[in-house]
Amino acid sequence: MIPEITEEVAEPQGSATRPLLEVDGATLQYKTKEHLVTATYRIDFKVYTGDRFILLGPTGCGKSTMLKGIAGFMLPDEGTIRLNDGVITGPGPNRMMVFQEFDQLFPWKTVKQNVMFPMLASSRFSRKDAEKQAIRFIEKVNLSKFTDVYPHMLSGGMKQRVAIARALAMEADVLLMDEPFAALDALTRLAMQEELLQLWDDLRFTVLFVTHSIEEAIIIGNRILVMSPHPGQVKAELNVHQFDHDNQGGEEFKKLHDKIHNMLFADRILEEEAAPHA
Amino acid sequence: MPEKPQKITPPLRPEFERGLLDTADLGQIRRPLSKWEKITNITLLRRVLILVLLVSVWQAYAVPLKNPLMFPTFTNTAYAFYDAVLNGSLLLKAWVSIKVLLMGYAAGVIISMILTTLAVATRLGNDLLVTLTSMFNPLPAIALLPLALLWFGLGNGSMVFVLIHAVLWPLSLATHSGFLSVSNTMRMAGRNYGLTGIRYVGNILIMAAFPSILSGLKISWAFAWRTLIAAELVFGVSSGSGGLGWFIYENKNELEIAYVFAGLGAVIIIGLGVENLIFRPIENATVRKWGMQN
Repeated sequence: MIPEITEEVAEPQGSATRPLLEVDGATLQYKTKEHLVTATYRIDFKVYTGDRFILLGPTGCGKSTMLKGIAGFMLPDEGTIRLNDGVITGPGPNRMMVFQEFDQLFPWKTVKQNVMFPMLASSRFSRKDAEKQAIRFIEKVNLSKFTDVYPHMLSGGMKQRVAIARALAMEADVLLMDEPFAALDALTRLAMQEELLQLWDDLRFTVLFVTHSIEEAIIIGNRILVMSPHPGQVKAELNVHQFDHDNQGGEEFKKLHDKIHNMLFADRILEEEAAPHA
Repeated sequence: MPEKPQKITPPLRPEFERGLLDTADLGQIRRPLSKWEKITNITLLRRVLILVLLVSVWQAYAVPLKNPLMFPTFTNTAYAFYDAVLNGSLLLKAWVSIKVLLMGYAAGVIISMILTTLAVATRLGNDLLVTLTSMFNPLPAIALLPLALLWFGLGNGSMVFVLIHAVLWPLSLATHSGFLSVSNTMRMAGRNYGLTGIRYVGNILIMAAFPSILSGLKISWAFAWRTLIAAELVFGVSSGSGGLGWFIYENKNELEIAYVFAGLGAVIIIGLGVENLIFRPIENATVRKWGMQN
């Protein structure tokens, strides 16, 4: 079960607890047909239990690659990624991915079978427990009516909720979400963000969330890692735990939004200023 | 001189807000289908209609022709079929053919599964499969029969050998391309749960590639049939009693052309039966139910 987390641990400024996930000077590279691309360059950050840790940055800043590195689909060419003090050497069910694509659900399994599948495949749960757990988490994402339905009959938002339920039900150490709401329409996205926050409030899981939306980052996260592109590097780490949907229109929110916006686009503004003189 | 185009601005209209209409007295929202619509919705009926049409064209052409040696009428053929089933050996011969066919088909499917699993698991296996399929897929199975007869003698062994050849390559090609087209997200999801090796192939790849595998199974089934009948036609009896191809060959020699037609009819009927009674239900229970195929 998820341990009780005191407010102090959930917001570990200066607290002495050990980090759950430690990324230490990680450089990730991948090969295309013609190039060796350095996606991230010497990235450092630490994630603590109960964090809603956001990786934010423009296209090409290597945030999705970073997530794949943590998931174990890629290994760092330099530096280490440690989870619970163990170096990550490959994919495993202690880190559950939620992808952006809707086809992450298996079309040959019903909603319940989909949620049960990782629990059974990893032999972490018995069939009976897996079923109980599946039903509990399907209810948590409000899909009880669709337990025995096949994925092709669900809408995009519902599919993502199943994927989230499937990841949550595993009770993994950390949830890795790669722009899970990016393919949804704006209204559904808003509802899903709200739901995710409620689920977090309820279950206090640890989540790493990749997004390119500044607003989404501020609302969902308690801490944001701002990354800059080509190659991906750390630009800043910010605390945003005080913001949610309710104060979205507020002065503070806007100020922070503009601050991050300037951080992300500073390079471009410099380039534009330089242009007339050239 | 054309007038200078003015900037168009849309008119400003008043805003409004209103309640919903009372839908209680709307009445029928769902209209029941008419009898004609219901009847034409039955797929089987439409297809039988096409068959009846074809048969009547056949009959209308063959009756005035009056040449049972070249082109027997439908009624003659139907009688020959009836006679061959009741008094002759058509059923037995069909069974002989099907038995050999099933043996070859099953062996081909198993070997194909092993080859394609190897091909996705290792690079060498992949090279092996690609090379072998490009070499042997264009080679007609029937062309191997003389060799097979030399190696395995006159009997089921050589038939099964050519059948395996007929099934293996098209099925492997379809399965392999199915595996390759499984989306990366699904692969990563499977690996995320710690699936590797045979469990990964069985739980993720085979299921996700099932539409391609199924079409591969259908194609290779048809290939196997063609090969078998052709082999029986060319080389006659392969064991104690011949199959359907032999039945056709024999009746041609005796100039019982209506029986030749009946033999061909039996091949067609078995083909239809397999499609409708085996492959269609499998499709309905899998890829259609899962929404992977419409």
